Amino acid sequence: MAEAALRTESLQKLFGGLAAVNGVSLACELGRVHAVIGPNGAGKTTLINLLSGDLEPSSGRIEILGREVTGLAPHRISQMGVGRSYQRTNIFMRFTAFENCRLAAQSRLPTSMRFLRPAARYSAVNDAAAKALEVCDLSSRQDTVAAELSHGERRQLEVAMTLATSPKVLLLDEPLAGMGAEESARMVELLRRLAPGHAMLLVEHDMDAVFALADTLTVMVNGSVLASGTPEEIRASREVQEAYLGSEEHG
Amino acid sequence: MERQPLALRIVLAAGLVALAAFPFVGEKFYVQFVTKVMIWAIFAVSLDLLVGYTGLVSLGHALSYGLAAYTLMLLTPQYEAAGFWTSLGASLGVAALAALVVGLLVLRTSGIYFIMVTLAFGQMAYYYVHDSDRLGGSDGKYIYVRPALEIAGWKPFDLDQFTHFYYVALALLAGVYFALRVLLASPFGRVIVGIKENEHRMRMLGFATFRYKLVCFVLAGVLAGLAGWLAAAHDGLVNPEMLSWHQSGQLLMMVILGGMGTPSGPILGAAALKVLELLFQSWTKHWQLLLGGFIVLAVLLIPRGLAQLFEWKRRG
Repeated sequence: MAEAALRTESLQKLFGGLAAVNGVSLACELGRVHAVIGPNGAGKTTLINLLSGDLEPSSGRIEILGREVTGLAPHRISQMGVGRSYQRTNIFMRFTAFENCRLAAQSRLPTSMRFLRPAARYSAVNDAAAKALEVCDLSSRQDTVAAELSHGERRQLEVAMTLATSPKVLLLDEPLAGMGAEESARMVELLRRLAPGHAMLLVEHDMDAVFALADTLTVMVNGSVLASGTPEEIRASREVQEAYLGSEEHG
Repeated sequence: MERQPLALRIVLAAGLVALAAFPFVGEKFYVQFVTKVMIWAIFAVSLDLLVGYTGLVSLGHALSYGLAAYTLMLLTPQYEAAGFWTSLGASLGVAALAALVVGLLVLRTSGIYFIMVTLAFGQMAYYYVHDSDRLGGSDGKYIYVRPALEIAGWKPFDLDQFTHFYYVALALLAGVYFALRVLLASPFGRVIVGIKENEHRMRMLGFATFRYKLVCFVLAGVLAGLAGWLAAAHDGLVNPEMLSWHQSGQLLMMVILGGMGTPSGPILGAAALKVLELLFQSWTKHWQLLLGGFIVLAVLLIPRGLAQLFEWKRRG
């Protein structure tokens, strides 16, 4: 078995007396897509927040690319090769699509404490930004201000920014949220193209997309893992059907 | 960073030419008045770096300004000139140190708390100076001799001559303006603008935002120190009011009036406020009422500041 790019052990997050994430252990390898599903309030976004460093775990450990990152600040986790996208689009609305990605790519310079040479002349940064936009089919929109992009394009930009930081591990929080059928199909296609080079943790409500993309599925209910396995195993699981799939068909 | 609109650049170039020519036609009083306006402009530009570009609204920016001014006073012997470079270096050093110490503490807060904590530090320094006999107490102290520059017997300029002082202030203002343009285009400049737009996202992209904010805070403090040193040298006196929150508040008004987050806005704002102050003072002793009314109107009618008036291209 390959070394897991992302691994958690008995991860727990308490909010007061409530365990939003309770004893979650999972692993995701490079080139694999690990989807986390579950009803609203199951703790999926909290889980991603723990992995990205937005929140500090109450207990348990997180390892990324073989190094423990539990409790590290978000920017340090990011620098170790983790990129995350947000459920609610979190981009620089007043910057152009290109500048959004350029700034993301700039984060991979050894330091941005550089005061003289114009940022626009760092060609490696520009190239990384242009490539991320191209992968996400946004090249033609690169000079458009983010606030003027359509919802679907903003979601693509969100992923492009994540890619511009050259991550190994991708944490994607509902990349299809609020998208129409056509936009969703395009995003699923994009994620499929990205899967080979990355370890991808995908939180998503769209079951068609999840079953189309995931190599492994983890089902969470009330903060705990209900079941984990291949898509076939999950589909066949009686427990899961009772708790989730059967009762919420549209997802 | 988009280029400045053409109209604004023409106005700037014309303004620079007019400023360079002014001492040939202006009376001494007005030449000195414009010198003071330019010093205010440097001070306002330094605050805009925090407020307009990084999104840090400071109400204690007079701290570095005042401490730099007092440093010059302390370094000036009673009947001799202080060295130009030593006093300037010491003033900027003190301003930087003050900004570093305060920045390390206040940058842990944000929003309204940041405003309150910067205000608190500013007032602490104000009261310390106000109550210190050695520093001249509430009256402040005179600086009888202006700093002098001498390189192997040669004096490139003499700050006792008001036209020389004028050109030194003009050169420094122009230098600060262009340095700011370079800074904003650099990777560092892009980071601070990103922090203003969405600091959380910057952190998630891997930027240690605290560090960048701290460096920015210190840079702004150094520029404020430059303005404080110039003001003390020009007026030949220091007093605690230089450190008071009135000073910081008036500065903030200049930045807002001129246009936050634009390189020329604070300069326009400083000029507008000081010229109107002079004008209204000549009309009535209730000039502050007029000035206040003007600011209210300006904020309502041109919310993005005077610099907005030159953005013809992007309107509509």
